Amino acid sequence: MSFFSMAKTVLLSLFRKPSTRRYPFVVRPFFKNTRGKVDIEIIKCIFCGICQKKCPTSAINVFKVEKKWEIDRLRCISCGLCVESCPKKCLSLNNQYPASMTERAKEVFPDA
Amino acid sequence: MSEYTVVPFGPQHPVLPEPIHLDLVLDDEKVVEAIPRIGFVHRGLEKLVEKKDFLDFVYVAERICGICSFIHGLSYCIAVEEIMKIDVPPRAQYLRTIWSELSRIHSHLLWLGLFADAFGFESLFMNCWKLREQILDIIEETTGGRVIFGSAKVGGVRKDISREKLSEIVAKLEAYRKEIKGITDIFMRDASVKHRLVGVGVLSKEDAYKLGAVGPTARGSGLAVDMRRLGYAAYGKINFQPVVENAGDSYSRCKVRIRELFQSVDIIKQCAAQIEEGPIEVKVTGLPQGEFFCRTEQPRGEVVYYAKADGTKFLKRLRVRTPTFANLAAMLKMLQGCQLADVPVLILTIDPCISCSER
Amino acid sequence: MNQEQKIINITPGQLTEKVRELSDQQFRLVQINCTKLDAGFELNYSFDKELELVNLRLSLSDFDAVIPSVSGIYLAAFLYENETADLFGAKFQGIAVDFKGNFYNTHIKHPFNPDGPAAPEVK
Repeated sequence: MSFFSMAKTVLLSLFRKPSTRRYPFVVRPFFKNTRGKVDIEIIKCIFCGICQKKCPTSAINVFKVEKKWEIDRLRCISCGLCVESCPKKCLSLNNQYPASMTERAKEVFPDA
Repeated sequence: MSEYTVVPFGPQHPVLPEPIHLDLVLDDEKVVEAIPRIGFVHRGLEKLVEKKDFLDFVYVAERICGICSFIHGLSYCIAVEEIMKIDVPPRAQYLRTIWSELSRIHSHLLWLGLFADAFGFESLFMNCWKLREQILDIIEETTGGRVIFGSAKVGGVRKDISREKLSEIVAKLEAYRKEIKGITDIFMRDASVKHRLVGVGVLSKEDAYKLGAVGPTARGSGLAVDMRRLGYAAYGKINFQPVVENAGDSYSRCKVRIRELFQSVDIIKQCAAQIEEGPIEVKVTGLPQGEFFCRTEQPRGEVVYYAKADGTKFLKRLRVRTPTFANLAAMLKMLQGCQLADVPVLILTIDPCISCSER
Repeated sequence: MNQEQKIINITPGQLTEKVRELSDQQFRLVQINCTKLDAGFELNYSFDKELELVNLRLSLSDFDAVIPSVSGIYLAAFLYENETADLFGAKFQGIAVDFKGNFYNTHIKHPFNPDGPAAPEVK
């Protein structure tokens, strides 16, 4: 049976620096493997539509005729299935999280 | 003749972060009976299996619960693999075991923090979660996500861990042992914590067995029930014994979880020593036909996944029986005879995960 | 993985007797599951003792059949039976704590069995 066992930790924390990060001055670095958002190099895309079929949440839409590739960022769960199944390897998983949005719009990448 | 009052302990309560409703029948300050109501977060995920391909359903199964997410995905994969008679390569089995144990460590540290918060000890809560951050960093480095791993797949695993990374993880966990011991000693020895836990909510061994308690709730009452002894994933080759305590009160349930923390660190060390090189997945062809009951051990107890397939790419029935659902009956028995102020502490000793139990 | 799966098919009349036998042999109740078949449904009772799983299976051809409750022998069964009654519309007789359809308050009654017994209007 011990008394005041937490007192030592609490008192020492008065003299140590804070355990939390001072965001936004210190930003937490992401790891190499972190699943953030899906990026596409539109030049290499052949609009085959395999990524659309594999996506478990139907977040990707591929328009073969107009040569457009669009993704609904709010539906994407960053699982990485599209990245693994692309035959031309033009999709990649960036390790930064997608930015917040103010309205529900899809991100469109036209092949200019 | 004493007068009874009925107090609704609602789904929204400042102390308890779980949406469970209890109608407490009180005789002055003592609880005579408790009647549960659940169903506030029912999402009908079992019905979704009729619309999603059996290979894609892993992503839904993982998101049934946020804390025990990897083991849900793993149990689904094992159920489908046993129906289709797929042999998973040994390296994938060891990796699955390592991630399951990391999941167990982070879940128990989370529980210790919430438990301390329930009896008002906020600085202990913050310190437990500070330790948990370091485990989440390890998980993010290896799988890509902090809580939802995304690494289970029918036929193996999706990502590999290199040999240097494994030895780094083992070294880090050994270094954390001392910090974890410092925090857990406070739970075990501090006088004010013991006053709230010892002798409160006693569940006898026969009651625990008859009411179907599972996991640390049952092991704290003297029943040695641990599904890891079945030998799924790589557990057949690891040397460990279920952690059992005999007193049956909240203190022994807390002690079981603390001892399991250290046991998980040992298991990861054994896996890292025994793992060999090899492929991490196997290709899946064909459609499933048949049925299987898969039982695995989540941090909260035994989870049963029943999958029935009839030859198309959608499963016919998927039934998930989570450990919290099984522990509800035991919890109602524990609540009889306790004081009103002990109700949130007792609900937390079964480690409720209502979002799991209502899928 | 060596998980033994034993499935025993029984009729509704034999249910109480078989469950009492298993209870005398110190089995514990694991779960009660309902699967909707093309015609009717089947109920599956799972019991476990020392890592060995035994299943009792009942096949019924229509949802109006009344099934005796086992909550007299295993109290924990009342949760599973209430859930099955709410989601599928199965009828149980003699449940220890009967919520009478109010366990899960879903917007559509019996969501897992859309063409089952006609549900009363939910306001």
